[in-house]
Amino acid sequence: MTGTIKHHLTDAVLISYSAGTLPEAFDLVVATHVSLCDECRARMHAFDAVGGELLEHAEETALAPDAFAATLRQIEAQPVSPPPPPRAAPGVLPAPLRAYVGGDLGSVAWRRVGGGVSDAVLDVEGEATVRLLRIPGGVAVPDHGHSGCEMTLVLQGAFSDEIDRFGRGDVEVADDALQHKPVAEPGPDCICLAATEAPLQFSGILPRLAQRVFRI
Amino acid sequence: MNTTDRLQWVSEVEAIRDRQDQSAFAALFQHFAPRVKAYLIKTGSAPDVAEEVTQDVMATLWRKAGMFDPGKASVSTWVFTIARNRRIDIVRRNRRPEPEDLPWGPEAEPDADDVLSLQEETERLGAALRSLPDKQRTLVEHAYFGELSHSEIAEETGLPLGTIKSRIRLALDRLRHEMR
Repeated sequence: MTGTIKHHLTDAVLISYSAGTLPEAFDLVVATHVSLCDECRARMHAFDAVGGELLEHAEETALAPDAFAATLRQIEAQPVSPPPPPRAAPGVLPAPLRAYVGGDLGSVAWRRVGGGVSDAVLDVEGEATVRLLRIPGGVAVPDHGHSGCEMTLVLQGAFSDEIDRFGRGDVEVADDALQHKPVAEPGPDCICLAATEAPLQFSGILPRLAQRVFRI
Repeated sequence: MNTTDRLQWVSEVEAIRDRQDQSAFAALFQHFAPRVKAYLIKTGSAPDVAEEVTQDVMATLWRKAGMFDPGKASVSTWVFTIARNRRIDIVRRNRRPEPEDLPWGPEAEPDADDVLSLQEETERLGAALRSLPDKQRTLVEHAYFGELSHSEIAEETGLPLGTIKSRIRLALDRLRHEMR
């Protein structure tokens, strides 16, 4: 799987993920992509190493005089971490995404948004939103531009836009300059995880009405 | 901090894991707790919150000593990730999304060459960071201490991450291959 991914996260996104300055919606896309991509996992560890070196060589602030003793008392009260939950059987959705959906693909609560497309908005805090999108093979997502950054990760099927083809594991990081029209490849439904910083701007009248009704 | 120091920290963590060694923990605490507290304050915590969270981070270090993989990270990196995660967790309802665990889990005994190489690479990365031109180094610091959003970070960070990334990637590839 990992060898077939051609579209990766940008350095800027990975630094921010490592620094902890991404909105939750983008954190989720990053964590889901890295679950599928060893290259970006290695890059993520490298960016974490930068954080470690900065921590190492930065200032120190003195702790309270009894801090060590207080910490030992905390350890005594709880000597071990709770065991991690058992690994779920592999499915379409990687583990970090299953946590937000409440299960694998079968648990997603789809709603129709027009043109054969369905979505499921996930519950995150912060300025950016994230949703699962389901686009039947051969169907185009209506024309839209956006202000701010949008990240689209393919989980099933594939889509093509003016730039390239995106299959499972590929992630497209797009900024406001990109006005694009992705088309799902014929075949299985194209399922994507899409996060955006700003509400999508649809170009046509009907999609804009749909946007108001469906809070896209 | 040189490679010898880094390997020493790895030994201290292993001493906690293997023997619940409190003097090893004291050494780690003395070195890392003040750095964690400074990091938390710099990224926006009030001093009393920073104190509390630092103690929690250090306690986590003790509890999770068995999960530390010196073939993948230096102790400084590991401490940084624990502090960063806790900083985010206290502000949000949900825990920070993390990538799925690798199928093999932390290895019982990482390859000694892997450990040495990784610690050496981290040392080189630290040196390279400190030799970056001032403007670039400041940008990187601003990014990690929370003052820049991702759209404000230039595509070319100038960070020399190629070799450390390749080393980690090689180790991942090897482990996947061994699993088949």
